[in-house]
Amino acid sequence: MRTLVIVEHDNENISSSTLCAVSAAQKLGQDVDLLVASSANHIAEKAQQIMGISKVLNFVGDNFKNEIAEDLTACILAVSKDYNFFVASSSTTGKNLMPRISALLDIQQISEVIEIVSNNTFKKPIYAGACIATVESQQEKNIITVRTTAFEKAVPEGGSGQIENIDIPEVESRKSVFVGNELTVSDRPELTSADIVISGGRGMQDGNNFALLDSVANKLNAAVGASRAAVDSGFAPNDYQVGQTGKSVAPNLYIAVGISGAIQHLAGMKDSKTIVAINKDEEAPIFKVADYGLVGDLFEVLPELESKI
Amino acid sequence: MKILVPIKRVNDYNVKVRPNQSNTDVDLTNVKMAVNPFCEIALEEAIRIKEAGNAEEVVAVSVGSEKNQEQLRTALALGADRAILIKTEVEVQPLDVAKILVKIFEKENPKLVLMGKQGIDGDHNQTGQMLGAMLSIPQATFASKVEINADSVNVTREIDGGLETLSVELPAIVTTDLRLNEPRYASLPNIMKAKRKPIDEINLEELGLSIEQKVKTVKVESPSEREEGIKVDSVDALLDKLRNEAKVIE
Ligand SMILES: Cc1cc2nc3c(=O)[nH]c(=O)nc-3n(C[C@H](O)[C@H](O)[C@H](O)COP(=O)(O)OP(=O)(O)OC[C@H]3O[C@@H](n4cnc5c(N)ncnc54)[C@H](O)[C@@H]3O)c2cc1C
Ligand SMILES: Nc1ncnc2c1ncn2[C@@H]1O[C@H](COP(=O)(O)O)[C@@H](O)[C@H]1O
Repeated sequence: MRTLVIVEHDNENISSSTLCAVSAAQKLGQDVDLLVASSANHIAEKAQQIMGISKVLNFVGDNFKNEIAEDLTACILAVSKDYNFFVASSSTTGKNLMPRISALLDIQQISEVIEIVSNNTFKKPIYAGACIATVESQQEKNIITVRTTAFEKAVPEGGSGQIENIDIPEVESRKSVFVGNELTVSDRPELTSADIVISGGRGMQDGNNFALLDSVANKLNAAVGASRAAVDSGFAPNDYQVGQTGKSVAPNLYIAVGISGAIQHLAGMKDSKTIVAINKDEEAPIFKVADYGLVGDLFEVLPELESKI
Repeated sequence: MKILVPIKRVNDYNVKVRPNQSNTDVDLTNVKMAVNPFCEIALEEAIRIKEAGNAEEVVAVSVGSEKNQEQLRTALALGADRAILIKTEVEVQPLDVAKILVKIFEKENPKLVLMGKQGIDGDHNQTGQMLGAMLSIPQATFASKVEINADSVNVTREIDGGLETLSVELPAIVTTDLRLNEPRYASLPNIMKAKRKPIDEINLEELGLSIEQKVKTVKVESPSEREEGIKVDSVDALLDKLRNEAKVIE
């Protein structure tokens, strides 16, 4: 049997989370094929170059410009009989899509896998990462989403996958229509794959003060993240949120500024290699996970840091 | 229109849950339980839609043991009109819950199902999408804004790249994200009134379904803890450590 990985893209590039899903899929020890649904052929042409993959199942149609779960579900179902493993990253796209397929194939999905122990045994965090569960599937076919920080990226070049063009399955009358989007544009690296992340919390006091983080980030070529409290208060956009119910990150260096260190925040960043905490409260729980803690007022520390990097 | 709100009973989010002694499961003895925060947000939204005159009835439903009565009473106190408890002592997984909710959907015929994007216990983030697929109705997940129209609902979704707006035909499934609203607290008079509101109890067997548990938990462990590091006393000392000890910056 074969493994199918769902490719995520923004119509220009394949997302780095897909590369992580591919390397997770390779651990299952079967042939790995990719499914691309897009509005033009160039995504499949990029996908075929990913190292180690066999085939690219290519669905081309205008309605795939936006990743509407109902449309993608139809594509995956159309080819599902050849596969016993379906893998996607646990990005919002993967989370949105995979349970729909699971339901229609009568499979209990396993979400946020961080380790593939064997072809039916997986590890995943539960309760905001306070526990790690080992789960065993009794099913012949499995669907998993993988936490990208737990798997390396597959090499995006050098592969020679075969492209197989497939007719778009009929989708019943359109019940779900794309209206518009507001995507965050930034020249900085993407949050979930950046080498360095600097995040601000409620201690930043104001959205304008995020400029202090931006200037440090620019010098370090870092991504900027935020706690839930900072996002809820409107200091930063929703896609900055790191944590149990936001994004998971595991950069080489994570700098938490004005963040107390609630378990829900730690869930999304405590696998970072080196953690720095800057907080004026020396009792803040964030110091318990920090390699280097600096007790101080962020409004003094950040400008000094920026000038000395 | 009628709105159905599935409510999950989970640990209070302030509690740090630990594995049990034999590492076979989590230890929930004496852990304070609550309505899953995302379900609270879903319920709040349903109540607001009703208050705005766009819905007539809000029905809360929960799958689990007799103890889930507690969370359904909370839902009633917050403003749900009635509640349904599907009783089972067996642990249910999202696929099972979705199958059960299909039966309730067919009975109740709601125009909208508002539910949480994820339970903060298992962090599955599956049930809503599964229900949508089983019912062949559209979904709009991770909602931060919901606008009801005559035959459709416009939903702004929190996605990894920012925000996206979909228009989905009713009936539909909408799952909630954190920014959708700030749930109210139940007032004392409403808590008293809720005691008189009905909770229908249905045994799982009556729905003609059996629980399959296709995935078994075989071990539950604590994650490897990070060692607490050191405090540095200045920005210079911090930069020195980052450059020369951790070697993470230049
Ligand atoms: C269902 C649910 C899901 C959640 N999901 C997430 C999630 O995904 N991610 C997440 O982050 N949280 C999440 N939370 C919220 C979490 O519980 C905390 O409320 C949140 O992380 C707190 O954010 P904070 O640390 O920025 O704010 P606070 O806890 O208020 O901490 C602010 C910190 O700033 C410090 N500070 C203040 N002023 C200064 C200054 N001038 N200089 C230096 N330090 C200063 C203070 O000492 C304090 O430690 C979730 C909660 C729930 C219920
Ligand atoms: N046992 C349950 N009873 C009622 N609703 C549930 C149950 N389990 C999950 N749900 C609903 O599904 C949502 C997502 O849960 P999950 O898929 O477990 O992360 C929750 O926020 C609830 O709205």
